[in-house]
Amino acid sequence: MIELSARQLADAIGRGDVSAAEAFDAYRARASADDLNAYTWVAPEGSAPSNGDGPLNGVPLAVKDLFCTQDVPSQSGSRILEGYLPPYTATVVRQLAEAGAPLLAKTNQDEFAMGSSNENSGFGPVRNPWDRDRVPGGSSGGSAAAVAAGSAPWALGTDTGGSIRQPAAMCGIVGLKPTYGSVSRYGMIAFASSLDQAGPLTRDVTDAALLYAHMTGRDACDSTSLEHPESIVLPSAERLDGVRLGVPRDMLAYEGVEPGVMETFERALRTAEELGARVVDVSLPHAEHALAAYYIIAPAEASSNLARFDGVRYGLRRDADEGLLAMYTHTRHDGFGDEVKRRILIGTYALSSGYYDAYYGRAQQVRTKIADDFRAAFADCDLIATPTAPTTAFKLGERTGDPLAMYLGDLFTIPFSLAGLPAISLPAGLSNELPVGLQLGGPAFSENRILDAAFALEQAIGFEPLAVTA
Amino acid sequence: MIDREQVLHVARLARLQLTEDETERMAGELSSILDHIERISELDLEGVEPTTHVVEVANALRPDIPHECLDREVALSQAPARTEDGFLVPSPQA
Repeated sequence: MIELSARQLADAIGRGDVSAAEAFDAYRARASADDLNAYTWVAPEGSAPSNGDGPLNGVPLAVKDLFCTQDVPSQSGSRILEGYLPPYTATVVRQLAEAGAPLLAKTNQDEFAMGSSNENSGFGPVRNPWDRDRVPGGSSGGSAAAVAAGSAPWALGTDTGGSIRQPAAMCGIVGLKPTYGSVSRYGMIAFASSLDQAGPLTRDVTDAALLYAHMTGRDACDSTSLEHPESIVLPSAERLDGVRLGVPRDMLAYEGVEPGVMETFERALRTAEELGARVVDVSLPHAEHALAAYYIIAPAEASSNLARFDGVRYGLRRDADEGLLAMYTHTRHDGFGDEVKRRILIGTYALSSGYYDAYYGRAQQVRTKIADDFRAAFADCDLIATPTAPTTAFKLGERTGDPLAMYLGDLFTIPFSLAGLPAISLPAGLSNELPVGLQLGGPAFSENRILDAAFALEQAIGFEPLAVTA
Repeated sequence: MIDREQVLHVARLARLQLTEDETERMAGELSSILDHIERISELDLEGVEPTTHVVEVANALRPDIPHECLDREVALSQAPARTEDGFLVPSPQA
């Protein structure tokens, strides 16, 4: 049953070939035996649901650590929240449980979702199942590694600047970053609230559509959430006739793109043309400033969101006998890792008196220009294609000494994030025996179009996933 | 560029203690990040409206009906220190 996709497993349970409880126990055993450090918590023995009520038939779900799950540790990869047991469950996790996807495990991640390699976790790095000396990407690295290794049928992640798409690319699976607002953020431990969005990490495009279909909806607890104007349907396209695929050549001219990544990308474009798509050049002239704008906006919002970790209401507390201020500053010193400290400092600096207009104000104007670029580009094309990341999975430790080099890995994913647009990463092939992701992005709420095109390409590319063995 | 003193100033604003070594290291790392970020000063952004939020939602209000809130005991259950009915913090005077 382990080799089945989530959709196939749901069907098998529906037919009575296997019970929901058997499926849960089989995955619980696999997740418990995981040796990639992909998990921070696995459901205890005896927690299998007795039946698979709901349209998802009981196919168990791995959930990124930063989603609050009632009475289950939810630490967002941070020592400052070690052992934290939330009093409630995130809306999207509850929705999926009610739809028949029970909580299997919590997955490791970069601390507070800040990172592109999962090396910033307070609970140790995650290894890439394709090559254990390499990173799985991040920040949803645990979710991506778990799905790629077959220790979970599917997983939930979050994406702020690429944190679903980039690890999906590096682990050879599918990851969808939905339109901002289409999934409730209630119960997600916040990183950058104007960018954070939950999405599926799955073995194939159909599974991504199936999970996402049960994630959307307006939530009274998240005033930025919106009703999706379309109901999400399982993709079925075999051809791409009439689809105009835009390629932002100016953005791809970045010197850090590995040749093997570019070759795989070009091959995917030729496959799209064989399926009937028309590949056209589009221009995103402000995309080259997206990374700079992102590394102002996201840390600024993070520095504000992370002010709540002060040793008062939950989590770590240090040196209470030295007075209130020492308690605050020592708790935050000991509880946060280096990357989180860096971003708090950048964000506080960008928001501080005398710098606000030059940094945060300008970054928000750049964000407008980037959104305008996309609007103009989508007048000439239906979807935009890029490689998901400039490189394949890199070695553990390779970039930890150079934060900026790490940030450059998000070059192609960040523009979509700043504009709030949906984008998927699907495996396009291998370069030096490591997976390469193809990113397809579209206008707001175009998930059905994206999923359909990704499905047609997936069938034509015929990517061979990592062999999952029992 | 950001120097040691500025790093310490920002760390104070952020209620973050830094050791000597960390201050030194952060000054170097933050400077290279800020150098990259400075690129946005090249752009002509005269008259461009800022985007604070990408989706247009205006006045997302709900009916003003009282409903149950988090139980006090549940809210206090994760606190590092508490009194009978509240969070306990050290004195700001200490």
